[in-house]
Amino acid sequence: MDNPLNTQKEYQEYVNQKSPNSPILKNCFNAFWVGGLICSIGQIIMDFCLYKGIDKDISGTIVSIVLIAISAILTGLNIFNKIGKFAGAGSLIPITGFANSIVAPSMEYKSEGYIMGVGAKMFTVAGPVLVYGISTSIIVGILYLLINAAV
Amino acid sequence: MEFLCNLNWIELLKCFLVSGVLCVIGQILIDKTKLTPARILVIYVTTGVILGGLGIYQYLVKFAGAGATVPLTGFGYNLANGTIQAAKEDGLIGAFTGGLKASSGGIAAAVFFGYIASLIAKPKIKKQ
Repeated sequence: MDNPLNTQKEYQEYVNQKSPNSPILKNCFNAFWVGGLICSIGQIIMDFCLYKGIDKDISGTIVSIVLIAISAILTGLNIFNKIGKFAGAGSLIPITGFANSIVAPSMEYKSEGYIMGVGAKMFTVAGPVLVYGISTSIIVGILYLLINAAV
Repeated sequence: MEFLCNLNWIELLKCFLVSGVLCVIGQILIDKTKLTPARILVIYVTTGVILGGLGIYQYLVKFAGAGATVPLTGFGYNLANGTIQAAKEDGLIGAFTGGLKASSGGIAAAVFFGYIASLIAKPKIKKQ
């Protein structure tokens, strides 16, 4: 009997036909556990701060600052992009992705100088995030006041 | 050491599961749509602000702790929450000052460490 996968070309077609589904599952699995792990590290830092008797709001800020500092430095050392390639959204969605989005473009455009290169390109992705986040939050605040004034 | 013995594993598991699911949603958006990572980050923050403003997201924060605050939706929640708290106290001015006040630590740290990391970084040599 003829094996349908005899020739290299047929095999390639077989692979192409079979592969589209599996990367998404694998990507989702990697995103799940890496993202979960990053946030769990955040939770442990948070628990440690609370254990030391630090106020809850300040503990939350400390968690953000520590995670941002770690991921900014890892991006600078070219380690974060390896994690990112593996984990996809797992390292993008936590606050680590925000820090990475600041460092990665500014590193790349360093040759354009410290003002228009590093200083400006830092906000290629973080800029839109801040613009839309802050603007929406101001609208939320105004709506809150309007609704409360009406009731 | 005493701190490690007192770790709440149930809380940690809830945190792991919720943040994992939030990341999987992002991964599906990356793989199934043509959205760029920048757009996904904007969508996450804006969604967090809206869910925070509607008073929904705090239930997730109560349930999952850092699992809900560390993802970018949590950053949006923080903005919305700060804005509403300040609007309660200071009215219209609060709506403008509250959001950034609540998230100032994270933003300042991102700018500062981002700048430092860019300074120490050696530009990657692109492989052909």
